[in-house]
Amino acid sequence: MAAEVAHTTTAGLDIRKTAMWAFLASELMFFGALISTFLLYRGRTNGGPDAHELFDIPFTSISSFVLLMSSLTMVLAHNAWERNDQRQLRLWLLSTAGLGMVFLGGQFFEFSTFVHEGLKLDTSPFGSSFYMLTGFHGAHVAVGVLMLSAMVIVSYRVGLTKSRGMNVELVALYWHFVDIIWIVIFTVVYLLQV
Amino acid sequence: MATIVEAPPIAPSPPAPRGGIWGWLTSVDHKKIGIMYGISAFIFFVLGGIEALVIRWQLAVPDGTLVNEEVYNQLFTMHGTTMVFLFVMPVSAAFGNYFVPIMIGARDVAFPRLNALSFWIFISGGIFISSSFFLGGFPDGAWVGYSPLSTQSEVIRMDFWAIGLLILGVASLLGAVNFITTIFTMRAPGMTLFRMPVFVWMQLVVAFLLAFSLPLVTVGLFQVILDRNFGTLFYDAATGGDPILWQHLFWLFGHPEVYILILPAMGIVSEVLPTFSRKPLFGYQFVVFAGAAIGFLGFGVWAHHMFTSGLGPVAETAFGLMTMTIAVPTGIKIFNWVGTMWGGNISFTTPMLFSIGFVAMFTIGGLSGVTHSIVPADTQQHDSYYVVAHFHYVLFGGAVFGIFAGVYYWFGKVFGRMLDETIGKWHFWLMFVGFNLTFAPMHLLGLNGMPRRIATYGDGLGWNYWNFMATIGSFIIALSILVFLINAVRSYRRGVEAGADPWDGRTLEWTTSSPPADFNFAEVPVVEAIDDFWYKKYGEDEDHLPVRLDSNPLDPSALAPDADHHVHLPSPSYYPIMLALGIVTLAYGFLWIPAGFLVMAIGLGIMLLAIFGWALEDIDHPMGDRDHEGGGNDGGDGDEEPAGVGSEGSE
Repeated sequence: MAAEVAHTTTAGLDIRKTAMWAFLASELMFFGALISTFLLYRGRTNGGPDAHELFDIPFTSISSFVLLMSSLTMVLAHNAWERNDQRQLRLWLLSTAGLGMVFLGGQFFEFSTFVHEGLKLDTSPFGSSFYMLTGFHGAHVAVGVLMLSAMVIVSYRVGLTKSRGMNVELVALYWHFVDIIWIVIFTVVYLLQV
Repeated sequence: MATIVEAPPIAPSPPAPRGGIWGWLTSVDHKKIGIMYGISAFIFFVLGGIEALVIRWQLAVPDGTLVNEEVYNQLFTMHGTTMVFLFVMPVSAAFGNYFVPIMIGARDVAFPRLNALSFWIFISGGIFISSSFFLGGFPDGAWVGYSPLSTQSEVIRMDFWAIGLLILGVASLLGAVNFITTIFTMRAPGMTLFRMPVFVWMQLVVAFLLAFSLPLVTVGLFQVILDRNFGTLFYDAATGGDPILWQHLFWLFGHPEVYILILPAMGIVSEVLPTFSRKPLFGYQFVVFAGAAIGFLGFGVWAHHMFTSGLGPVAETAFGLMTMTIAVPTGIKIFNWVGTMWGGNISFTTPMLFSIGFVAMFTIGGLSGVTHSIVPADTQQHDSYYVVAHFHYVLFGGAVFGIFAGVYYWFGKVFGRMLDETIGKWHFWLMFVGFNLTFAPMHLLGLNGMPRRIATYGDGLGWNYWNFMATIGSFIIALSILVFLINAVRSYRRGVEAGADPWDGRTLEWTTSSPPADFNFAEVPVVEAIDDFWYKKYGEDEDHLPVRLDSNPLDPSALAPDADHHVHLPSPSYYPIMLALGIVTLAYGFLWIPAGFLVMAIGLGIMLLAIFGWALEDIDHPMGDRDHEGGGNDGGDGDEEPAGVGSEGSE
């Protein structure tokens, strides 16, 4: 009880959630600049392959679907945490991390295919900006997977209860944000370019 | 009520609070961190100043031979980088750290450990960039780092610059998140947003500007680093890359950055002028909203730095108009400051002199700024000394004068002894004369065609006289800084004792002891008005003149400094400095790949250890549950890591 009271302050805001929202607002500008760079360079292929030749929309659609489903499992994890059900919480946290890793695997496969087809980091401004944008997004997913795994360990060790489990909500915010960014990337970078 | 059960300890206990150097290195106290920010910023100020003096010595006479072109490029690059990123920004962070929590009636910032991390990352980033001097030479692509100067030189200098700025950006971003959270959630009861001191408001606007603008230059800096080290083609015009993109990304950050530099100084001046006019700030709401408006409009004017890059008439017209618009909220502020002094009972103390100097000099700089919004005129002025004159009037005549106003105003609060007023006035007048002698002639030099960033100039171009005058002026500024340093050392040792409220102040920091106790307030203040402290000291007679009330509204810590007030505080922590050390080790390793891989691995190892230690640190040990103490301070967890265990027991 004490902790719950303590985290709500004079303004009625939770300090950690406020900080997370401020951080995510900043992240939004980060991805905004990356996406703008990509849009500027999308046609500058320097003789290398372009989006038409490379992108495999059905494949990327499936990996996008996998990532979106991880948002669902994250919601279920959050729900289990609210009910203080440690078993379910661990199950859904692990599912979320697992789906995130499947997405990362898909991205790895996609990158290696593109490299094989002749698009490298130093092939063209198009390639540079594509790899930078999707690479940074992948790095964000990877960090999320690390955080989820760490939470599973903590849940085993001491239990993620409501009074100390503010972190479940924070990781959920972060995870949903990374997913939403992917929706934008998938639309702008993939769907609109082929 | 549920029973509170202690969480099982799963990490070593944090260090017990102690004094000495170790106490400073592990401190999470916002006041100690503020002092460390301030002192390190002034060290960088002296370094950047020495660079400026070499530049002026070189330019004193035509065909100067003190340094060659290569060294000259390094000097002006590091002068700009140092003054912007390593002096004005951290010194604003120093004031913000020390005074924002006290002014809103809190006992610390929202995330004390994160705050310490910001400082240690800043200091390691500053040392990182400056250490390039010993490792192949300073960066030499100007503080704006335009491509191809930044991307196509083979030596690692610009890697130092780009990576160093990335590191500093992390520090500022963490600080911004911390300040936004602190100001939104940690205010004392009754301290509504529109009762906050204007200084706090300006820090809030700055925090938002940082949070929204830093990621843009971060992307640009990553692109520079990738271009230089991994063969990407972001800025390679031959293959379709576009160097103008860097200019957009840089100035999308760089113009808000200008307001990041000036708004804290505006906040300081908005505190000093009412205190020494013994009047409330004229049009408080207008000053606040004008500050917020500057923040918003500041994101829409970046391309006026790029009028000569061929944007086309539509974009140039739009950005020219926006640039004129931003003069409006700035003008509102200037009128409000003048209105504050109008009819006031003014005492010309040193902080007041610096504040008035700020208003006057900033007005001149603002007016020459408006001339840049007229595109054809700007095209003539671009890259000339006229521009140098303009931004030194806003950043030196503005920001630096405001900073010194703050130093003289608050020195007594921070160190318990007042700066000497007589020496202070010498400092002010020397600096005022030296400043104008240095930078006013640059308007003329620029309009007479002298380009900036040239290492020498020929005889017979009509530039000799004013260049020589400017050099004399710069050495007068140096003398004034020497006078200030003497004043600071002398007053710190044997200045007049400040007492809690030496200036008859208006805001909460003057209710505490000087220096404030670790916990700031023994009793969390309850606020009822703007300038709450003043209205607890003074009533009004029928002519609306202030009448001293028979009251003593000081905090108990100021009245009885030796009493034990039983306030629990966050424990010190090893991990912020350790994490910063890991980051900078990683950065050094990166510069010497492949041999540096080993160093990078060590850096990464230190970082991982620090992150895990941080997340698992039993932050309540041994001080107990400070959460039960009053509404102001909830302190504690600065971690975004998931495993923030050890904060409170479970039910």
